[in-house]
Amino acid sequence: MTEQEILTEVCTLLAPFNTNGVTLTAATDIPAELNIDSVGVLDFIMDVEDKFDIEIPMNVVAETHTIGDLVKVVQARIK
Amino acid sequence: MVDLLDKHKGIMERHARMMQLGVNAMGPVNDKILSPTRAIINGRETILAGTNNYMGMTFEKSCIDEGKKALDEFGTGTTGSRVANGNYAMHKALEAELAKFLNKQHCIVFTTGYQANLGMMSGLAGPRDTIFLDSDSHSSIYDGCTLSGAKLVRFRHNDATDLDKRMTRSEDNEGGKLVVLEGIYSMLGDRAPLKDFVEVKKKHGFQLLVDEAHSFGVLGPHGRGLADESGLEDEADFVVGTFSKSVGSIGGFGAGNHPLFEVLRFAMRPYLFTASSSPSTIATSLQAVKVLAREPERRDRIRANSERLFNGFKALGFEMGCDVVSPVIAVKCKDEVSTIQMWNAILQAGVYVNIALPPGTPNRLCLLRCSVSAAHSFDDIDKIIDVFGQVVKG
Repeated sequence: MTEQEILTEVCTLLAPFNTNGVTLTAATDIPAELNIDSVGVLDFIMDVEDKFDIEIPMNVVAETHTIGDLVKVVQARIK
Repeated sequence: MVDLLDKHKGIMERHARMMQLGVNAMGPVNDKILSPTRAIINGRETILAGTNNYMGMTFEKSCIDEGKKALDEFGTGTTGSRVANGNYAMHKALEAELAKFLNKQHCIVFTTGYQANLGMMSGLAGPRDTIFLDSDSHSSIYDGCTLSGAKLVRFRHNDATDLDKRMTRSEDNEGGKLVVLEGIYSMLGDRAPLKDFVEVKKKHGFQLLVDEAHSFGVLGPHGRGLADESGLEDEADFVVGTFSKSVGSIGGFGAGNHPLFEVLRFAMRPYLFTASSSPSTIATSLQAVKVLAREPERRDRIRANSERLFNGFKALGFEMGCDVVSPVIAVKCKDEVSTIQMWNAILQAGVYVNIALPPGTPNRLCLLRCSVSAAHSFDDIDKIIDVFGQVVKG
């Protein structure tokens, strides 16, 4: 998968959590810019794990801030 | 300079919005406690239905007597850690009594229940290990997991198939695997489907910890919790519990049959680097465990009270937190503002329950959460149902 394809998928998965309708780009800081609480972020990450059939441990989530950061994590973990 | 407290502005604004409604749901003050089920709040006698005081143990005379005696004989505090000057014979006696009650070979007592989870998670798992935790886990489990430095994998709530899937994804991970479940989940009152998880355990091989904080003293033929109720005690490698619910004091424990269990005393920072529990607390806890063992009828009473409240709410057409009866009975509400207003109206009508809001709840739910006590009378339960019937709109 290309980075752009992963980005599109990630943004689709994030949409239900984006309750304020923020425009999502690679630079969007997920916890800071979206109206999403700490548990919401973890629920969203579970959806990402299942979509790509990968493991993203909570320890990695703690260091992942922007959508772009997450796309890189996903790309590195897809087999 | 960045002000360190700036990051909490969102919380402050949310609290201010609540205060604008004229309600401080986060800080009601008990001016006087009259009994396990009654307090004076805002000058009014109030039925307590949100205290987790499941067995009504806080005013048990024999516990109070033992606490007073310990204060007279051993003083107000231990002023030290269990591995230094804070190790009293009564701490050992409580551990022995709990081990007997739980039918486990080893038991370690902690100063709080929160520390019990911090200690057990961080003592059992290290940076090379993986902890699999239920998404609805209590904050003390999350924090203990973080303290451990282990790889943390979260699975969908009460979903053994989801755990199976995530374990398969993790099969190349080095180190040990710890799975953490809860006997009764504190917000919705549902239980872990232990049998299903044990099937996954047989398939993948891991060590299992069950946090019986809300189920200890309540569930099972011996009152040991969910594993006891499910007939699967041998499958729970480690058990954690608290004294601030059925035991009616404060503290916690970890227990198990592992031959190396005692080494955890030297590996758990939340056990090592804190003062041990005060003599009066240990004495009341010890007596309470004895009362729990000799008075199984308390479990019958809480079961009957829980069923009465659950069925009463069902008859009112409320959407419940779960469809299984337990002493934790939550009603799902529409949104934050109406939940705060209803919580306040219930309090004004003389009943205290818990308000539970995101992110402290699963799936962003707003809940009015009751906890039933064996000390409630049927009249109390009927009053709670009556007040909810008047106040709560679906």
